Amino acid sequence: MEFKEKLISSHLAFEEDLDLTDNVHQTRANALKIFEEKGFPTRKDELWKYTSLDALIREDYSLFPKSEANIELKDVKKYFLYDTDTYKVIFIDGVYSPFLSNTTHDGLDVCLMSAALSKPKYRDLINTYFNKIAPSDESLTALNTSYAKEGAFVYIPKKTVAEKPIEIIHFSSGDQDSLWLQPRNLIVIDKNSQVQIIERHQSLKQHPVVTNSVSEIYVHEDSFVDYYKLQNDLTSASLIDNTYIKQEKNSHASVHTFALGGKLIRNNLRFFHTGKHILSTLKGVTILEGKQHVDHSTMVHHSQPNCESHQDYKGIFSERSEGVFNGQILVDKIAQKTNAFQQNNNVLLDDKATVNSKPQLEIFADDVKCSHGCTIGQMDEEALFYLRSRGIPKKEAKALMTYAFANNVLESVQLPSLKKRINGQIARKLGVNLGFEL
Amino acid sequence: MAYTEEELKKELETKEYEYGFYTDIESDTFPVGLNEEIIRKISEKKGEPTWMTEWRLEAYSNWKEMEEPEWANVNYKKPDLQSISYYSAPKQKPKYDNLDQVDPELLETFNKLGISIEEQKKLSGVAVDIVVDSVSVATTFRETLAEKGIIFCSISEAIKEHPGLVKKYIGTVIPPKDNYYAALNSAVFTDGSFCYIPKGVRCPMELSTYFRINQAGTGQFERTLVIADDSSYVSYLEGCTAPSRDENQLHAAVVELIAMDDAEIKYSTVQNWYPGDKEGKGGVYNFVTKRGLCNTRSKISWTQVETGSAVTWKYPSCILKGDHSIGEFYSIAVTNNFQQADTGTKMIHLGNNTRSTIISKGISAGNSQNSYRGLVQVGSRAKNARNFSQCDSLLIGNKCGAHTFPYIEAKSNTAHVEHEATTSKIGEDQIFYCNQRGIDTEKAIALIVNGFSKEVLNKLPMEFAVEAQKLLEISLEGSVG
Repeated sequence: MEFKEKLISSHLAFEEDLDLTDNVHQTRANALKIFEEKGFPTRKDELWKYTSLDALIREDYSLFPKSEANIELKDVKKYFLYDTDTYKVIFIDGVYSPFLSNTTHDGLDVCLMSAALSKPKYRDLINTYFNKIAPSDESLTALNTSYAKEGAFVYIPKKTVAEKPIEIIHFSSGDQDSLWLQPRNLIVIDKNSQVQIIERHQSLKQHPVVTNSVSEIYVHEDSFVDYYKLQNDLTSASLIDNTYIKQEKNSHASVHTFALGGKLIRNNLRFFHTGKHILSTLKGVTILEGKQHVDHSTMVHHSQPNCESHQDYKGIFSERSEGVFNGQILVDKIAQKTNAFQQNNNVLLDDKATVNSKPQLEIFADDVKCSHGCTIGQMDEEALFYLRSRGIPKKEAKALMTYAFANNVLESVQLPSLKKRINGQIARKLGVNLGFEL
Repeated sequence: MAYTEEELKKELETKEYEYGFYTDIESDTFPVGLNEEIIRKISEKKGEPTWMTEWRLEAYSNWKEMEEPEWANVNYKKPDLQSISYYSAPKQKPKYDNLDQVDPELLETFNKLGISIEEQKKLSGVAVDIVVDSVSVATTFRETLAEKGIIFCSISEAIKEHPGLVKKYIGTVIPPKDNYYAALNSAVFTDGSFCYIPKGVRCPMELSTYFRINQAGTGQFERTLVIADDSSYVSYLEGCTAPSRDENQLHAAVVELIAMDDAEIKYSTVQNWYPGDKEGKGGVYNFVTKRGLCNTRSKISWTQVETGSAVTWKYPSCILKGDHSIGEFYSIAVTNNFQQADTGTKMIHLGNNTRSTIISKGISAGNSQNSYRGLVQVGSRAKNARNFSQCDSLLIGNKCGAHTFPYIEAKSNTAHVEHEATTSKIGEDQIFYCNQRGIDTEKAIALIVNGFSKEVLNKLPMEFAVEAQKLLEISLEGSVG
């Protein structure tokens, strides 16, 4: 049986222990129909031109974990940002782990999607926000919606600053042979509030796991969300991340994506604007080797005047790795005085590495400043020589230049401990110890 | 202020097509429709050898299997290809000994277009192969060129007189089944130009053709083949204007360039087909396939000024097959009223040490849509490929759109690819700066638009730059000084 059929036929079993009378059930059923109709995207879809899911979906995956995995804190502690006190929402094989988590209802809600979906107190929020910006015609998002049950739910009320960052971590234990996970996150930041969120997907053992995640983020007036995606997984893990962000006037949403490892990573990042003076920031660093594949697909839809967006994606590719950047800026007729910038810089280190870049501008308003730039090149031999002539070994010199190349993005990370962590990860990846903190 | 952008916009919208006229020449037209019979008849009429007829029929059978492409960023009513007459030639077709024998009405047409054959002959030294409704009626400077061994004639003549060359090269750069319109063209092309520059010859003058669509209801299917043999050089000009017409006309041309080792081809186009009136009614559909093949150390340079056509779909490309070969693309695309243009280039880097440059300038006004769509591809075995692309768009008014769809695919770690694009309007501060220095707004806009497109205009041959300027004026009068 093909995996698509399995997904469709398993849906009944999935709904067995759920309340079939509420609205969400209808949403799931509709989404399943859309997925059934559309199926998985193929390379014939313009947005999937450079990334093929064929090899992934040829395998078979179990949709429900068979038993509860036994994981101790010491096994996973290293994946936490331990030196900061954080709220944590931890899942193991798609199942919530109360033992590892640190949730709250005190002033703000950091809890579970399953709780939010079932408890009457959240019904209004769910009715207002759940599945409202996720486009109904995208098949993978529809697939996630049809299985939407668990994930993180964050609600920051008006005039609240979340004092601690929130960590959302999905572990896969490796106890199952192969696993298909579909977490669903909903994050609502009400007026005049602020929050920092770190999302991470991590497998603990080499085993095939595919995560098809959907996050909906609502940023209300005058609010600020700072979102970090850490993608440094084992080479057996694949991730399809769909993030949709809706911003109201004077809000600022910033998303940093650090794609440092995984078999196949696809990031669909979409921004929708509903008011004036909105700022959207999209930044990313990709460092790959082996046969890894990362695809960043971004879209910023400027539908209101006086808004601004900045995109900056850096990629370094060695061995046989493949990088894709597909950025889209859409400026509607009424979105005058838009400033939209997009930049994609790539370095190819080996001759089997590939970069496919497609930065697009679609502009219907005349009083705008829009630009995009894209470069593909190599490490500057002369700069390398300069460093080496001053006694810095080749490896370190290369690492220094890599840091310099990615610095624009790393610089804007607001959490010092996270910045240190990412620097450490990059240093490990490059196999160097520079002997000083960057 | 004497002249505001508002006024400029209004003027652009109301500017009527100056070259819209219709010359009444009795034409020899086929019944409408397309089938094998028609293709055989075209081939027979032109006295073509059997291999050519077979080649056409094969292209036709391929075409029947194909579907019209829909990926371009343009909207239009698909032309009904069965309601087009595929052959139309002026009735009087004898070869003229001198200009006096040419139908005076036809000469009048040329005069209105500003192409004075005598003048061109005497003053500019340009050999002109004028095509009216697909059949060449006047060819000049043949002898001068023949002395050097250069063949410059219509493709039908070439098929008859130089079948070896044509058979060897036609369809090698753009195979008949390349795409829908190339296949259609391969099946039904009625005329076009053929040019062969022998080894080591530097063509002493600019070669030039003017295409015109003249007969109502005829599509024009031109086929151009330019071959520059080893170490030769040629500069080739192509320019077009078309009369006003209410129904949409189809223009599906194919241009193939072959640059052998160390050869250089410079291909310049000024395109000014009828763009439709200001309600977007009428206008020419321009679906053109242009491609050049570069061998070792050769260079192909495309320069185009696109001001006309209701719908343009055109991607002059370079296949950089030989080592050290160079591809260039310089383009100005101006759209106004309801015009739509989806144009750009493809640079395919296959050889080592290949270089390409892309400079594209888009100017959109009125309700028009202007897209740049380009591909830069570096193969895994292409070492040290270098590309620089720059796409700038200028928007005049807020009803138009400018779009950029670059595709960049690099498979080699020695590749250097740079792409940049900007979109802007004419800055208030720029105009203010000019005003401050005593330059009125009209002149200021002219200066800015001129400066914006200068980089490309500079690439045009001298003789053509005048024509290009003239055509830019029609599309954006008041803004080009």
